[in-house]
Amino acid sequence: MMIDTWIHPSLILICGALLLPFFKGMARRTFLILVPVLTFINIYMFSPEGMWGAVQFLDWQLIFGRIDRLSQVFAYIMSLMCIIGTLYGLHVEDDLQHIAAWLYVAGSLGVIYAGDFIVLFLFWEVMAFSSVFLVWFRKRKESIPAGFRYLLVHTAGGLILLAGILLRFKATGGDISFVHLDVVNPSLYTYLIMAGFMLNAAVPPLHSWLPDAYGEATVTGAVFMCAFTTKTAIYALARGLAGMDILVPFGVVMALYGVVYAVLENDCRRLLAWHIISQVGYMVAGVGIGTELAINGACAHAFAHILYKGLLFMGCGSVLHMTGKSKFTELGGLYKKMPLTFIFTLIGGLSISAFPLFSGFVSKSMIVVAGFESHIYWAGFLLTLASAGTFLHTGLKVPYFIWFGKNNCDKETWDKAADPPWNMQAAMIIASFLCIFIGSYTPYLYKMLPYPVEYHPYTAYHLSESMQILLFTALGFFLLIKKLAPEPTISIDLDWFYRFGGRGFAWLAKRPIQFIDACVGEIYRVIGLGPLMTVSNFWSWFDWHGIDGVVDGVARSVRSLGGVVRRAQSGQMQFNIFWAATIAACLLITYVFS
Amino acid sequence: MIVDLIDYLRDRLPTVIRCCYAVLAALVIIDIFVDKAHAHTWIEHYPGFWSLFGFVACVVIIILSKWFGHQGIMTREDYYDD
Repeated sequence: MMIDTWIHPSLILICGALLLPFFKGMARRTFLILVPVLTFINIYMFSPEGMWGAVQFLDWQLIFGRIDRLSQVFAYIMSLMCIIGTLYGLHVEDDLQHIAAWLYVAGSLGVIYAGDFIVLFLFWEVMAFSSVFLVWFRKRKESIPAGFRYLLVHTAGGLILLAGILLRFKATGGDISFVHLDVVNPSLYTYLIMAGFMLNAAVPPLHSWLPDAYGEATVTGAVFMCAFTTKTAIYALARGLAGMDILVPFGVVMALYGVVYAVLENDCRRLLAWHIISQVGYMVAGVGIGTELAINGACAHAFAHILYKGLLFMGCGSVLHMTGKSKFTELGGLYKKMPLTFIFTLIGGLSISAFPLFSGFVSKSMIVVAGFESHIYWAGFLLTLASAGTFLHTGLKVPYFIWFGKNNCDKETWDKAADPPWNMQAAMIIASFLCIFIGSYTPYLYKMLPYPVEYHPYTAYHLSESMQILLFTALGFFLLIKKLAPEPTISIDLDWFYRFGGRGFAWLAKRPIQFIDACVGEIYRVIGLGPLMTVSNFWSWFDWHGIDGVVDGVARSVRSLGGVVRRAQSGQMQFNIFWAATIAACLLITYVFS
Repeated sequence: MIVDLIDYLRDRLPTVIRCCYAVLAALVIIDIFVDKAHAHTWIEHYPGFWSLFGFVACVVIIILSKWFGHQGIMTREDYYDD
């Protein structure tokens, strides 16, 4: 099909988000499904490869739409997940939650299609500032500080990225294009850009924001968050830093780090969040290996991961939605009450564990094999070790301690437990189907990957290897099940430093600095204030009556305007950000269209 | 239906467990005859290597992580509260 215009898919989502409040009832539900579906169709059918959306801005040529095989596979899965996530949250009456989620997806798609670093940075920040609302909207006492921590960490990461972009701009004499960077001779800006991407990919030591925020997000918000931020960062790494050797050890450490903390975790959604870190570790390692097979593997695993992790968050989210509980020490034995949710979560668990016929089997193994073929044996073996840990937790521990095991439910939890509303089940059915479809019919996924695929996952050896690892892990699980019994604790992680660092700063501000401030204030009041007030009172009188009276009463007008503005803004940070983001989105649309 | 199936299996737990052990043994036996052309390292040519690997991996992960957690990493839930 020949088309000579291209509509940015983010625009559809942003316009949809702005129009959503005007719809009510049945029309609203239709609109909620229609907008993500249109976005998906636009990406799947009306996005031919090439450079689109070039905009001249000051001295720069900005590219909003670089469409090639790498950006297409990510855009495809992101928009597909947007449909599933919106369907899952269809019952949510609060428009703002949908608006925040769609702007977040729009940010992610904007990054994926960005052809230069300025557009990338713009959408990078849109993602951070819209997704934080998905934490705040949980409206628990803990949600506000968790959201602020998330926002502050991502703002810091954005600044690191911006520093890298600016240094590169200077060093290359004005190059802003987002292309593959020189990974053989990296300079300071390469490392800064890498660090900015790594923070969003939650690579240790820049990872603590992830379980902190995702564990605290709303039920539907977490389904969105688990898909977009980290995988968009994987896209950015694969585009800009494929073959960067140092990413291999980072990725392997990441895969194992997530597994260790998942053993200790008592909250099921936090456990899943730890396993995002673990799984994204495979992708980071794949990007670091950098061969065609490894990049294909990273993309395939991101694709599969978005679906099965979304499914797992939907399953555990359903438990939270129905019972109000997410801790293993407050759940258990629910298979009689929520059997369908159990089946869906189990499918997600088998997919993440790379069981044959499930999606992880055909994606994860590409990265491990790429490691072995590049003779990085330690990485290959350690990633295989981590995959045993994945099955141990997500495939065994999560289903066992929620749906079987010791029944820790109190009467209220037990009475409330039931399979969730139809829309949540429908979303889980779609995701479950796709997990099995990808694993059973490999050409569907393999044909979308950036490079031609010559890899065959279904060999006798690979099947035998996988089944042995998985089933003997299960043996270990059931033999050591007493050791794995959940404990009502939280685990200290590297966020300790900024949580207590922040507290130290608050103490410093409260005690010594406030004391000094008080002293200075007192001295000033005694010595300086009296005479100064007399003088300034005179000038104020003179200004008001003498000058302003002459110049049309400007001061009086400004004062009355100030009163209006003061009433208009509530002073709450969330509202300020919300309005600023909305206005920025409107300006952007106007700018692109004009 | 799902619940009935689960209850049916739970009522016959000893038999289910015996079947599982049989499957595990079968996996190791089958591995003797599997073509190892796709193996990357010499150690993978030993039959049942991945069985041992999976079991040891599981045990090591559980024991080391729990040990690590009990060194003060796992703490009370209101640790960060004022």
